This record gives sequence, structure tokens and C-alpha cells, in this order.
Amino acid sequence: MSPSLLLFIILAAMALAYHLGRKRAIGVAGGITQINRLHSLPAYYGYYAALWVGLPSLLLLLFWAGLQGQILTALTLAELPLETTANLSEGQLSLLVSDIRNLADGNLMGREPSAEVEAAAAHYQRLQGIATATLWALVGAMVLAGMAWAWQHTTPSFRARNRVESIAMIVLILFSSIAILTTLGIVLSVLFESIRFFQQVPWTEFLFGTKWSPQIALRAEQVGASGAFGAIPLFTGTLLISFIAMLLAVPVGLLSAVYLAEYAPRQVRAWAKPVLEILAGIPTVVYGFFAALTVAPFMRGLGESVGLDIASESALAAGLVMGIMIIPFVSSLSEDVINAVPQSLRDGSYALGATQSETIRRVIFPAALPGIVGGVLLAVSRAIGETMIVVMAAGLAANLTANPFESVTTVTVQIVTLLTGDQEFDSAKTLAAFALGLTLFVVTLILNVIALHIVRKYREQYE
Amino acid sequence: MNMTAEAIAVKPINLTADHLAQDQSTTITVGEISSPNPRMECRDVNVWYNANQAIKNVSLDIGQNEVIAMIGPSGCGKSTFLRCLNRMNDTIPAARVEGSIQLDGQEIQDKSIDVVPLRARVGMVFQKPNPFPKSIYENIAYGPRIHGLTNSRAELDELVETSLQRAGLWKEVKDRLDAPGTGLSGGQQQRLCIARTLSVSPEVILMDEPCSALDPIATAIIEELIDELRQQYTIAIVTHSMQQAARVSQRTAYFHLGDLVEVGTTDDIFNQPKHKLTEDYITGRFG
Ligand SMILES: Nc1ncnc2c1ncn2[C@@H]1O[C@H](COP(=O)(O)OP(=O)(O)OP(=O)(O)O)[C@@H](O)[C@H]1O
Ligand SMILES: [Mg+2]
Repeated sequence: MSPSLLLFIILAAMALAYHLGRKRAIGVAGGITQINRLHSLPAYYGYYAALWVGLPSLLLLLFWAGLQGQILTALTLAELPLETTANLSEGQLSLLVSDIRNLADGNLMGREPSAEVEAAAAHYQRLQGIATATLWALVGAMVLAGMAWAWQHTTPSFRARNRVESIAMIVLILFSSIAILTTLGIVLSVLFESIRFFQQVPWTEFLFGTKWSPQIALRAEQVGASGAFGAIPLFTGTLLISFIAMLLAVPVGLLSAVYLAEYAPRQVRAWAKPVLEILAGIPTVVYGFFAALTVAPFMRGLGESVGLDIASESALAAGLVMGIMIIPFVSSLSEDVINAVPQSLRDGSYALGATQSETIRRVIFPAALPGIVGGVLLAVSRAIGETMIVVMAAGLAANLTANPFESVTTVTVQIVTLLTGDQEFDSAKTLAAFALGLTLFVVTLILNVIALHIVRKYREQYE
Repeated sequence: MNMTAEAIAVKPINLTADHLAQDQSTTITVGEISSPNPRMECRDVNVWYNANQAIKNVSLDIGQNEVIAMIGPSGCGKSTFLRCLNRMNDTIPAARVEGSIQLDGQEIQDKSIDVVPLRARVGMVFQKPNPFPKSIYENIAYGPRIHGLTNSRAELDELVETSLQRAGLWKEVKDRLDAPGTGLSGGQQQRLCIARTLSVSPEVILMDEPCSALDPIATAIIEELIDELRQQYTIAIVTHSMQQAARVSQRTAYFHLGDLVEVGTTDDIFNQPKHKLTEDYITGRFG
């Protein structure tokens, strides 16, 4: 009597309803030769019947699956003698509940259950039986009622197509709202946690403070209890690394896109493009240890040989590797945009006696610019949000510096270090992670809005 | 321009319609392909798009101070032939051109020839208007700028104005030279592209249906322009309008499925076509 069996039965009932609905429609029309008397094609009457049979029961099943456990647990606990539950802490109570459920489901437990737990489990099982029977009865009734409803409504003038289409639209809206609501939920939860953080640390200190050392005492009597939450060093660190990354990725990506789109013979393009795309497929953790184990020591050695002092976790190494990671974004987005410039524009320019490079610089590039700017800004937000490389290759010390040879830390690195390890989730230290996350989100959002704006502005001008 | 006795004598490929073979690859052009004062001489030109032959053994001269009209049913290869004359087919990877094409006695098919100055000398107006995504002013100024034709902004302004005036567009756009060229109407774009080609003063101008989107007034302006340009330049024009061919051209070439079927003075082609296909086409029984 599992829910999956029930689901299967409902689907079968829908298939049957489709056929019945179709037959019925043909019947009321007066035979297959008369179907042009119907408002819609017979299949739509079938869909209509299937939807009426299936949708209500499916919705019921969904709610039931979500709520059954909670309701049954509440009922079982209410049955327990008062003295058992009255002075239990939250943790002990949930332990008790899981004991009861495990026993009821027939799972083995390490220790011998007490008599009370056994009784409760038996009660739980009984309730479960009743609930399942009720569910089956309800679903059966709904299926029959739905079929009856659809049967009755199948008349030649009934607008089955319009109905089915509006139901389909509602279903689509439901699904798209799942994505939107999830996003909204995440943003709101980050927002609320951030508000809690700003109750403990003023936002002016967070946004404009230049000292970051999120030390919070685990016990109240510990010395040095107060930390500093000035996020400026983190933002400058993030910006520095992203800037270095873009300094590498934009020229390399753009020029390789121009080469691939305009100059490369077909054979070269055939293998060069996939190779670039493999770069995009390398997991960032691989880039991370490449940065930490290869590039950073190399940079250090290089610095030593020319008499420069380069930290072993320098911003330069992290930024360069991040830049390599971003090259395929810039190049493949730009190449698509350049390829999308119509051949007729190139022809127009060549026919005036322009050379290929003049054509690229003066016609193709301006025409492709909005798309290229959009691609670059997308790459920037990718760089700002990138975590793995900087966790492995950038430092932890929050230095406020613009020197790429020094070690800096980034917003994402700090979020990771704040939340790893045993933490209480209401200290300023852990809540700071939410504030950082919120700021990161806002910055990326603003970047994306600017990117869209630029793209649209150029569109208006040029199309 | 006119058929002369010697020309026929030295060009043995000019045969009469009776000699036409059914096999298209051996179709022989009727009429006088040569011109007494040729700028461009094409001999046995063949064009393939991959395995598809679009132009078959076409030989044709285009003479100085002459307007030659190319007519024929859609898809017969008029645009393809025109694009051979300034090597625009180079930009189509699938296209392969064979045969000899000479400009002032110099072979342009030669791979060692630099196409950039060639295209500056042989300008082209495309079948579909293709204004750059720039302002109207910049569309016209583009060519003069890359060739360094003007020395000052004032000179450039003047060149832009005269080019637009000759194409009959100046009055409509003089107050919005900074507006995007792509925002113009189809017919205005067509004239913008004509003005753009004029701005670099090519010696030979190839026009692929330059009036297809124009009203009768704008068409008359362009036809007047063509007549005026003829005094200095050499012009090849593709058109679907017989009246236009009759009005502006001195010679007419009739293409059919990749073959140059007949060529001759415009008067002869329209009044006494020699080939059956030409006659069918101009009398409206075909195409
Ligand atoms: N880029 C191309 N790739 C492949 N085939 C082409 C290409 N351009 C033209 N063709 C083919 O070559 C033939 C001649 O085309 P062309 O454009 O020269 O005709 P046209 O005489 O200009 O026709 P229209 O009057 O419709 O402009 C056609 O069969 C066409 O399908
Ligand atoms: Mg054409």
C-alpha cells in the first residue's frame, strides 16, 4: 500500500479517463464523422477528463506525503502519559519521537525499548493504517468524482481546448513560481540573518571598518571577547584578485575569440574551440591546487630571482589562475557574439576596400560590443563569487593592500572559514557570514543589472 | 558597343541560336560579348558553390562609360556573376571561381592580387541593404576615413553631404545624421548603401538590384544618377525591371540557369531578341 503504488494507479486512471473522455466526446457528437460539431478536437475532451481525474488526487497525495508524519506524531505524543513528555528538553523529545517511529517502521534499535515507547509505537502504527485507508478512499472518491464531472461537462458546445489550455498555463505558472519562491526564500533568510548580525555589529562598522578579525569568545568570561568586523579589507582583496583575473582573461579571451571567429581556418577552429571549452570544464578545485602548489611557488621563486618579495599566498597567483579559469567564458561568449554579426556587414565593409583588420576594428567590434561587455561583466561576477581557488591559493590574513605580491583574503574565503568548524549559529562571528553573503549578492546583482542596461542601451542605438 | 564585323570575325564563339546544344554546360552565348573599349573582360568564368555550378562558361566584357544591365529569372546567377567582378565570392567558403577576369588588362583572379585596392576600385551595392550599425554620417564617412580621402572634418562633412545628395537621400536625413543608419526605412537604407559606395569614388560600380525597394521618385533619382555616373565610370546593374534595364543601360545580358544566353545592345535585346529564351523572358512568358 505504498504511495508509489497509489501514484501509479492515479496515472493509470488518468490514461483511462483520457480514453473515456475522448470516446464520450465522439459519442455526444454523434460518431467520428460528426466531430466537427464539437467545439474542440476530441483529444481535448480526453485531456480535460484526465486532468479532472488526476490533478486533485495528485495534489492531495502531495500534501498528504508532506503532512502525514507530523500529524501522526502529534497525535501519538498526545496519547503518551503526561509525566513522560512534560519535563523533556527539545532534544530528548525528538530522540523519543525517532525511537517511536523507528520501532513502528520495524527498524532495529540498539537498546531495548521501554514499555511506554512500545505502546506508543503500536498506537502510531494503528494511526498509520487508518491514515492510509483514508487516503485510498479519498483518492478513489476524487477519481470517480472527477470522471463524473468531466463526463457531465462533455457536450458539443463545451470549450474543452480553452479549459485545458488554461489549466496547462496554471500548472506552468506553479512550476515557475517554485524557482522564484526558492530564490526569494534564500534571499530572505540571508537578509534576516544579516539583520540579526547588524543588531550586534553596526552596519557602518561592517561596511567602512578597515580591520577584520572576527574573534568571538566561546565562553563569556574569556578574554579578548570582542572581534572587529570591518569588511573593507575583504572587499579590496576580492577586487584585487578579480581585477588581476580580468586583466588576464579579458585580453586573452577577447583576442582568441577574434582569432577563432575571424582568422582561424576551419581545421584550427575544429580543435581549438573544444580545447578552450575543456578549460571551462576543469573543476575549480583542480585550479585551486594548481594555484597553491604550482603557480604560487613559481611566482615566489620568480620574485626571489629578481629581488622582489612575493608572499607564498600572493594575490597575484590566485588572480592569475582565476583569470585562466575565466578565459573560456570570455572567449566563447565573445566568439558567439562576433559570429552573430551578420556576414552582410563584413561584405559591406570589404566592398568598400577595407582590410580585414579595419573591418574587425571598425565594424564587427562595435557591433558586437554590447554582447562582449555583457559577457565580460558576467565573467566579473563569476570571479567575485569564485571560492575554491581563493580558499586554496589566497591567504587568510585580512590585509588592506593593493599590492598584488602580498597575501590578501576575499569575501568568499572568509565565509568559508567563518562557517567551518564547530560554531554556534547565533554568534556575531557566524552571522557575519550571512552579512558577507548578502553584500556579495547585492554586488553581483548590481553588476548584472549594469550589464543588462549596457546591452539594452547599445541595442537601441544600433538595431 | 555596336556589333562590328571584325568583332564577330575575331570571336568565333559567337554563334547563332541554331547551334545551341541542349547540354547546358556547352550553351553558347548569342550576340556580341566584347566591347570596343573594355574595362573588364571575363572569359570562360565558372562558379561553383560546393558541387553546384552557378555560373557556366560565361564570357563578357564591360566597357568604359557603359552601363550593362544583367537580367534573368531569380536564381540564375546574376548576383554570383556580379560578385566575381570584385572577388566578393572570396568571402563565401563554399564558392569556387575559375576562368579569367581582367580589369584594365590585369588579371584579378590571380591569387597574388591584393583584393583590398581591387575592391576600392570596383565598388558594390548589395542586393540586400546592409548599413553598418553606426550613425548615418558614420556609414558614409567610413570608406573615406579608411582610405584617408579627406584632410579635414570640413572636407569629410562635404563628402558625406554630396554622397547623400547624389543618392537622393540628403533631404530626408540632413537633420538626423547622428541617428542610426539601421533605423532608416528599407528604401532609405538602400540609398544609404548607394551613397556609401559613391563616397569612395570607385571606377567600376556593381549594383545588385539597387532600386528593388524604392518608390518611382527615388528610382528616377537613382536612374538619373546612374546615367550621370556613366560619363566617368563603368557600371554593371542587375535588375528585375525590364523598363529599368531599357531606360538606363546601353547593353543587356540575359542569364538563364547559370548560362549567359544572350548579350547585345539594349535596343536589340528588347526589340529583336535572337534567342528563344530571351524572347520568352522579355515578353513575360517566362520568369
Ligand atoms: N552562398 C551561397 N551558397 C550556396 N549556393 C548559393 C549561394 N549563393 C547563391 N547560391 C546559389 O547559386 C545560384 C545563383 O544564385 P544568385 O544569388 O547568383 O542568383 P540571382 O540571379 O542573383 O537571383 P535573384 O534574382 O533572386 O537575386 C542559386 O541557385 C543559389 O541557390
Ligand atoms: Mg541576386
